[in-house]
Amino acid sequence: MSLLKITSLKTWFPTRDGIVKAVNAVDLEIGDKEKLGLIGETGSGKTILGMTIIRLLQPSTKIEGEIWYKGKDLLKLCEEEMRKIRGKKIAMILQNPTTSLNPVLKIGDQIAEAIQLHQGLNKKEAKEKAIEMLEAVRIPSPEKMANEYPHEFSGGMKERAMIAMALACDPSLIIADEPTKGLDVTIKMQIIKLMKEVTARKSMLFITHDLGAAAEICDNIAVMYAGELVEYAKTEDIFKNPMHPYTQGFLNSLPRMGLKPIRGMSPSLIDLPNGCRFHPRCDHAEEICKNRHPEMAEIEKGHHVRCFLYT
Amino acid sequence: MNRNLIAFLKEYRNSMPGLIGLGIMVFFIVPAIFAPCITPYDPHQMYKPLEHPNTNHLLGTNDIGQDILSELIYGSRVSLFIAFFVSIVSAIIGTALGMLSGYFERVGFFIMRIVDAFLAIPRLPLIIVIAAFLRPSIWNLIFIFVLFGWPFTARIIRSEVLSLRNRPYVDAARMLGAHDFYILGRHILPNVVPLIIVQLIIEARHVILAESGLSFLGLGDPTAKSWGMILHYAFEYPTIFISEIWKWWMLPPGLCITFTILSLTFISYSLEELINPRLRGVTRV
Repeated sequence: MSLLKITSLKTWFPTRDGIVKAVNAVDLEIGDKEKLGLIGETGSGKTILGMTIIRLLQPSTKIEGEIWYKGKDLLKLCEEEMRKIRGKKIAMILQNPTTSLNPVLKIGDQIAEAIQLHQGLNKKEAKEKAIEMLEAVRIPSPEKMANEYPHEFSGGMKERAMIAMALACDPSLIIADEPTKGLDVTIKMQIIKLMKEVTARKSMLFITHDLGAAAEICDNIAVMYAGELVEYAKTEDIFKNPMHPYTQGFLNSLPRMGLKPIRGMSPSLIDLPNGCRFHPRCDHAEEICKNRHPEMAEIEKGHHVRCFLYT
Repeated sequence: MNRNLIAFLKEYRNSMPGLIGLGIMVFFIVPAIFAPCITPYDPHQMYKPLEHPNTNHLLGTNDIGQDILSELIYGSRVSLFIAFFVSIVSAIIGTALGMLSGYFERVGFFIMRIVDAFLAIPRLPLIIVIAAFLRPSIWNLIFIFVLFGWPFTARIIRSEVLSLRNRPYVDAARMLGAHDFYILGRHILPNVVPLIIVQLIIEARHVILAESGLSFLGLGDPTAKSWGMILHYAFEYPTIFISEIWKWWMLPPGLCITFTILSLTFISYSLEELINPRLRGVTRV
């Protein structure tokens, strides 16, 4: 049974220039202990999808669809019920640890926060738990580091602290938003290894544009383009047999694949192209792609693609 | 926090104006606290009137024979008490309302309209009118100053909170299941504390000046001896500028007011410098 099931989710932002359609009719499922990678370019709606699940968007945002988590539709819960889920059942690791940690609070206290909020422990117990968490994310001499301020931490350590914060209440689902962003290669490998370890018994939505990290961690991968999913398959299928032209282009743009960029720019989410959203940049585009919008179809077993090439 | 405080004090030690300001403040506060022990006479006790400065009365006596030095020291008690009491109370009110209005948009709209009204009305003339209406007393003065003091703080705190509430760490806290008041108290308040301190000192400065002004105009508490009241009685004395007595009757309270305000200005100047890193860089060079 799946832990999280999203059906035809839409997240639209009304703005002065028009409606930004950041997430468009996304269907997604995350099973128990499954790690799902969500990859795509900057501005393809990955982060917004994550924020929609945990319901942290402005009240003016229009959200439609259903997000089922353990038999409850998260979109129908009241704010107070949702608050009890955030951090405790579903935790998000925000991108950019430097700005996501409060500069005036000690690291240990910030981690203890989630514990105090959800588990009703007193300050001292929460702090002890926070130190345990720091130890779990391999921060050396955690008792000492718990009393340091964020600016005394290095980038990799801050990322570890963020992970500790998310894990503090032992949530069953973690939404990790580009946890490897801005880290150098060695630190990145350490963080990936750590994430693999600490999430071994949890489900995770791993949002990234780092394909290497996704390949390392995820069981399945969903590729997002302009607010919708264009391909969904097992990780190895995505890498061995990418079917959607966008996924192919994305893989070809990797350094070891020859660093070939996809031509053109990703479309504005206000003014989406007719037909297939990728057709203006696609090398295989035909007449039908300009007029009709392709549906997601299972081409091979467990390999879903949204493209007319295969239907 | 302790380590931060020590680092803060170390930085503060490097600032000359701040040290001078602090020195002057201590010079006024210590006698104010120990007034009963160090004043040579009871300020209400009457001796020979209009004595020139001599070894018995260092600053002479006033028209009804009260020792002016004792009056001054007791006066500092009243002036400083009003200043600090008012600035603390209006900082508390201003901070609370400022934080609420910065964080909750709808509440903020209403609070800010009230603030606008207060800021649009010229402060001093209205204070004079209200003070006259309420009858002079220390608590009425305090009430009036708080009434007109909090809107400034509220406005400044609000603008800071407007920016702070959109910081990623506020999102991060919400992500962990924190509710609004928890975020306000734990994530936003510590970030506005420096602003509150500066605002506190600026407000104290305003109040000392305003209190002296009102007392000078005769709207102060006639039974309390503040610096402004001493000035008021001195000014009312018919021949104050004809003879030499203004030198030890009018000048000292005037200087006390001036130096207190100067010291507060210095302190707030160096605090602002410490708190605003952009200013800090400039002076270090």
